[in-house]
Amino acid sequence: MSIFLDRDTKIIVQGITGKMARFHAREMIEYGSNLVGGVVPGKGGETVEGVPVFNTVKEAVAETGAEATLVFVPPPAAADGIMEAADAGIRYCVCITDGIPAQDMIRVKRYMYRYPKERRMVLTGPNCAGTISPGKALLGIMPGHIYLQGNVGIIGRSGTLGYEAAAQLKERGIGVSTSVGIGGDPINGSSFKDILQHFEDDDETHLICMIGEIGGPQEAEAAEYIRDHVSKPVVAYVAGLTAPKGRTMGHAGAIISAFGESASEKVEILSAAGVTVAENPAVIGETIARVMQ
Amino acid sequence: MDIHEYQAKEILSNFGVAVPQGALAYSPEQAAYRAREMGGNRWVVKAQVHAGGRGKAGGVKVCDSDAEIQAATEGMFGQKLITHQTGPEGKGIYRVYVEAAVPIAREIYLGFVLDRASQRVMIVASGEGGMEIEDISAERPDSIVRATVEPAVGLQEFQCREIAFALGIEAGMVQQMVRTLRGCYRAFRELDATMVEVNPLVITGDDRILALDAKMTFDDNALFRHPQISELRDKSQEDPRESRAADRGLSYVGLDGNIGCIVNGAGLAMATMDTIKLAGGEPANFLDIGGGATPERVAKAFRLVMSDKNVQAILVNIFAGINRCDWVAEGVVQALRENPVDVPVIVRLAGTNVEEGQKILAQSGLPLIRATTLNEAAERAVAAWQSDMKNNPNLRAVQ
Repeated sequence: MSIFLDRDTKIIVQGITGKMARFHAREMIEYGSNLVGGVVPGKGGETVEGVPVFNTVKEAVAETGAEATLVFVPPPAAADGIMEAADAGIRYCVCITDGIPAQDMIRVKRYMYRYPKERRMVLTGPNCAGTISPGKALLGIMPGHIYLQGNVGIIGRSGTLGYEAAAQLKERGIGVSTSVGIGGDPINGSSFKDILQHFEDDDETHLICMIGEIGGPQEAEAAEYIRDHVSKPVVAYVAGLTAPKGRTMGHAGAIISAFGESASEKVEILSAAGVTVAENPAVIGETIARVMQ
Repeated sequence: MDIHEYQAKEILSNFGVAVPQGALAYSPEQAAYRAREMGGNRWVVKAQVHAGGRGKAGGVKVCDSDAEIQAATEGMFGQKLITHQTGPEGKGIYRVYVEAAVPIAREIYLGFVLDRASQRVMIVASGEGGMEIEDISAERPDSIVRATVEPAVGLQEFQCREIAFALGIEAGMVQQMVRTLRGCYRAFRELDATMVEVNPLVITGDDRILALDAKMTFDDNALFRHPQISELRDKSQEDPRESRAADRGLSYVGLDGNIGCIVNGAGLAMATMDTIKLAGGEPANFLDIGGGATPERVAKAFRLVMSDKNVQAILVNIFAGINRCDWVAEGVVQALRENPVDVPVIVRLAGTNVEEGQKILAQSGLPLIRATTLNEAAERAVAAWQSDMKNNPNLRAVQ
């Protein structure tokens, strides 16, 4: 099994009756993901894309044995949806929703600590493109066809920049074990470090590619972890070299507010930890190919 | 979203934080009248702009008569205040706050921020008030006291007392400090702020603790549940291009370069800017048109980018994932037919159906410069901008 997903992983979509959610549910089924249901309060009993809709996540878990969820709930209710999944015993949750208030995410993070580590749900996102283990399962909104199956693990904040990297790899015939989007929000479910731990233990992953950006301490924290605990080669790119200080660049979390948060400082910290840094987003694939040899 | 000092003080005061007596004025006459109405014999007039560093820039003046207030504010209204935080263009002064002067015995720095490492609200305080927090952490890092708030139970009294004693506040005034800290935290928490800064918080000669300045920033993502905060938005303090973009649902940040950027996705947008810089150019803006890149959004993006008179070339970089390149290409062609632009346009498409997309661009008859890789796109944009400069040095000036 890949780090979070397999062909058989039973998946539900929260908010499945929305237009975008429905579209992506269909895309996931076409990719081969094992979609077993959806959850929308008040719409229990309906059928969407051939799968049953339930009123609560607990009901969905009881009826289908769901293990993973894709949260497509609008921002005001998304934090509530994540906590509902955590409480229902879901093992892995990807939250796509962009625009969740930061203090709602603080509450979500606090809430998840109620559960002992071995029963605690893993959350990636919000404001991410999702997770894909090529050839196995897609739990997200990325275009599946740009990923080849292989041995590079990708962790990134940005959706389309992650696609760019995957496409550059595909062009060189290099495949991906799993690509995980951790999202562009200031308070997120999993950090680079959290996902690095999974990739370090994953036999299918031989090299890890980290795509960071300005803002926050997570790249620097990852550098320290890589230096001390990661034996696999790591290639990184950090976006936002030209971003001015104190301005938010699209992602709510992409703002340089402290030392160590600019792209050049992050590049320096990562390089010092032994990470190979691609200086230019156009050479991410090339750099990975070189390190793999 | 930022608000003005006088608005932040009104909010904090509703949460039990003591502030000096003050009143808002929209003209010099009104400012003088406000001072007379308030009484006293010394006032401080403060330009209301969304930026720090107002004192050094001449935006804060102490006055001893209403004639002085009138004279001081005549020099403020309608002017641009340029501080180290505003950039060279400055921010317009349209409102002035008149405050009763208070005798200051001590200045304290107090800040509440979202700490991304602990993923909690963090309180940062220092006895070195009046200085910027960046300077305090560089020059007097040992003076900084920090505490994080457990989100399930909120800020506790003992934490406030610990901060008060660490700052050396007299035992008799600790309760006032506790009230101030709890008030700021409740305002932060209940109104979804991302930053509350009181700098300085002062201890007066007569043992009162007052917020002499106040700054609040709110989470844009949470404004939907705080309509009373949304109403405080002051567009005169924003970059007009950014306000226009925000009204159209686009994410835009104006910069100083000449190559306009239209990209889908924030990370790819930053990466595109970086590539332009590495190719020897300077990006004119950050612009994320969102994952969808619909024709309407592309058209809006062109209009927005072209409203910046410094733009001499436009680079469009779209990675079509769920949508398709042919569809994006149609959007670009349609946008440019309806709103022709007079600068070179470089288009790089990647992802689903890229060949069909390229074909549509090639057959459109529009003078588009096409590129396949990110590097090629940036190099062509820089080359086009440079040759455009050579051939038509006055191109933009005569428009």
